[in-house]
Parts: sequence; structure tokens; C-alpha cells
Amino acid sequence: MSVLEVKNIKKSFGKTEVLKGISFSLEKGEVLSIIGSSGSGKTTLLRCLNFLEFADGGTISVDGETIFDASSVKKLSDSQIRDNRLRFGLVFQSFNLFPQYNVLKNITLAPSLLKRGTSEQIEQEALALIERVGLLEKKENYPCQLSGGQQQRVAIARALALKPDILCFDEPTSALDPELTGEVLKVIRDLKSGDSTMIVVTHEMEFARSVSDKVIFMADGVIEEMGTPEQIFGNPKSPKTKSFLNQIV
Amino acid sequence: MSFQQVSLSLAAGFLENCRLFFETLLFSIPLGLLISFCTMSKFKPLSFVFKIIVWCIRGTPLMLQLFVVFYVPGLVFGIPMRNRMLAALIAFVINYACYFSEIFRGGIESISKGQYEAGQVLGLTKRQIFTKIILLQVTKRIVPPMSNEIITLVKDTSLARVIAVGEILLAAERFAGKGVIWPLFFTGVYFLAFCGLLTLLFGYIEKKLSYFN
Repeated sequence: MSVLEVKNIKKSFGKTEVLKGISFSLEKGEVLSIIGSSGSGKTTLLRCLNFLEFADGGTISVDGETIFDASSVKKLSDSQIRDNRLRFGLVFQSFNLFPQYNVLKNITLAPSLLKRGTSEQIEQEALALIERVGLLEKKENYPCQLSGGQQQRVAIARALALKPDILCFDEPTSALDPELTGEVLKVIRDLKSGDSTMIVVTHEMEFARSVSDKVIFMADGVIEEMGTPEQIFGNPKSPKTKSFLNQIV
Repeated sequence: MSFQQVSLSLAAGFLENCRLFFETLLFSIPLGLLISFCTMSKFKPLSFVFKIIVWCIRGTPLMLQLFVVFYVPGLVFGIPMRNRMLAALIAFVINYACYFSEIFRGGIESISKGQYEAGQVLGLTKRQIFTKIILLQVTKRIVPPMSNEIITLVKDTSLARVIAVGEILLAAERFAGKGVIWPLFFTGVYFLAFCGLLTLLFGYIEKKLSYFN
């Protein structure tokens, strides 16, 4: 059974139709990359999955349970929305770490507020995550003392601390200097071997090709083409995909 | 009239200024926060009403507001305001709450949307996001404008003289009425000392909060 089933998601901002019916599914442990030019709706799709925006149409199911149905969205209480959000994790393009807290506190804040265990347990798990992203010696540092790449790695650990079913990345390396993208991509690669289910919106084509099980190419609010990385990058069928890939490479 | 007599009498007056100062702060900061939430409310009629109130209060002299609070209950409703200090306090609290509300609004709106969204995707409630993530960042940003406003408040307390609250300038004027002028100028020392302490305090707070951006 698919861990994630997205059906016919639609979203408009005023008169602009940004998503025109997006459907896909994802198996547990799979990595999905979403590529496409800016304005194609990739980020909006991720935001709909994380309930930062509410889709105007469509359904979202996790583990077979429909957690969102646009036709009954008004009935969702704030606490249901919060529960739904916790199915997903989101790593932002601009990190959005909490500047007043050090690395450790950034990671433990939400688990402690959500009472996900004793403070010792939460701290132990947070330290394990910090080690996993290779920043153990920086655990007492504040975000302003870290490089962009280090901040993004902390943001990944922060998202993992809540053990989401699906971890989403919104262009995780776009705000980074080129020499810092590698360390972030390596962390994501490591997560794949740890069996995390992930959706990555990215402009890093080499990364998408090597890490993904599935690639979606979006254009003008629709899925123009979907398939394995070999199909999309090696043998694209749609002319739009071809011309996008030609521009990039 | 000895120096000691004069300074004690002025000190007694300045105690009234201090009382008005601290009580104004105590009530106007929470009220200001409440007003800032109202002016930022998505419910348009509410934000409209409070924007009009803030406009009226910031658009008229505090001295006039003191007169209104002190005289209008007696003139219009037949319930004369007997407690001059209370009248002054009400006028000051409303006036300063409106100024503070604009500082708070500016501070809250300056926090990037990403901070709220980061809290949201971590499953936090609106209240948790505000108290645990936003509040300290806002506090850091509003310390400089707040210290400005609070130092202005110290000196504004002497305006309470116009409804005969027995504050320091009123005390000094009594001496002047008897032909002794110097106490009037000497009042400045009290204000300077108090504002000096506040400046040190705000400098300390700014330094305390300088560990993050």
C-alpha cells in the first residue's frame, strides 16, 4: 500500500490557477524528486501537502487514511490540522531556524512542547540526530554562528525529530553557496539509505537523477511527465521536458 | 529655606512622577499588546475601530487628553472625577498604550513569515508559536524604540501638573511662588538621574539580547 496518495490537487490564488489537478502516489522508503521551472507549482504543491496552503480541490491520503479532502476542509479543527501537519516534515529553502535558540534547543523545542517523551529522551534523540547530520561539536552554537549548509543540516534534524511519515524538502540547497550544497545533499542521501520517505523539490538535476526512485516534471501546474530517473533524464517523452532539461544542462 | 528642605519636598513630588511612570508602564504594555492584536486583526471592523482610536489618541495632545479624562465625567455624566492621580493614570495608560501598540505592531510584522511557518509545520499551536518563537525576537527588535518612548514617558509625567497632581514641577512652582526660583531648575537633576538609570538598564537589555540576530 502506498504511504502517500495524492489525488487531483487543485489550487488557485485569485484568478491564477497554480495547480491544475496533481495526482501521484509514493511507496514507503521511496524518494520522489519534483523538478520544473520556477512558477510551475512545485513549491505550492509541497505547501499544500504540509497544510501551509489548503488545496481547493483533491484529496491527500497517508497510510490509506484520507487526512485531507478539499470538499470537507472547513470541518477540520485546528488540532486536526496540526495532527495532519505532523504526518509531513518540511525543510525550507531559507532554513527558518529559530535564531534565539541554540542547535540543540532548535531540535528539542517542538518535541518538548508536543510532549513526545521525557526531556532526557528528547535530548538523547536530538543529540543522535545532530550526530547524524555531523554537527555534534556545534550543538551549543546559535544559528547566526553557523554556515548556511550547517543551518540547513540542523533544519533537517529538526524536521526528523518529529518522525514524520514523509519528509519534504523545498529547494533545500537553493539559498546556499555552491560549495555548501554538497554537505546538505549528502545528508539527504544518507537519509535515503535510512529508509526515509522523501519528496524533494530541487534544481540539482544530478542529485535528482542519482537519489530518486521517481521523478516528476511539472510545468504550468500539471504533471507533464512522471517516471523513473532513467526515463525522465535518459529518455524524456514530452517536448516540454526535453526543452527544460536542455536548458538546464 | 535650606537645600535639604527643598530637595526633600521635590523628592516627595518626584515620587508621584515615579508612581505615575511605573503604573502607566504596568498597564499600558499589556493594553498596548492587546490593541496591536486588534489593529492587526483579520476581522476588518475590529481593526478599523482600533485604528481610529489610535489615530485619535496619537493625533491629539496628551495635555488635552488629561483635561478630557479629568473634566468630562463631571461635565457630561455628573460624576466628577475626584481622584486626580487616577485621572492622570487613565489618560497616560491610554495614550501610551496606543504608542506602544504601534511599536509592537511594527515589531511583530517585521518577523519573517518563515518563522511562523516553521512553527506550523512542527505542529505547534498559534499560542506556542507566539510565546516560544516570535515573542523574544519581537522583544529584541523593539527595545530601541521602546526605550525611546519610555524615556519620553518619564518627562511626560510632569504634564500631570495641569490637573494639579502634586508632582515635582508643581512642588517647584510653589517655591517659585514664594520668590525662590532655583528649585524649578533643580528639578532637572531628578529627571536626568532617573533617565540615566533607564538608559543603563536598556543598554543592559540590548546587550543581553545581542547573542542572536
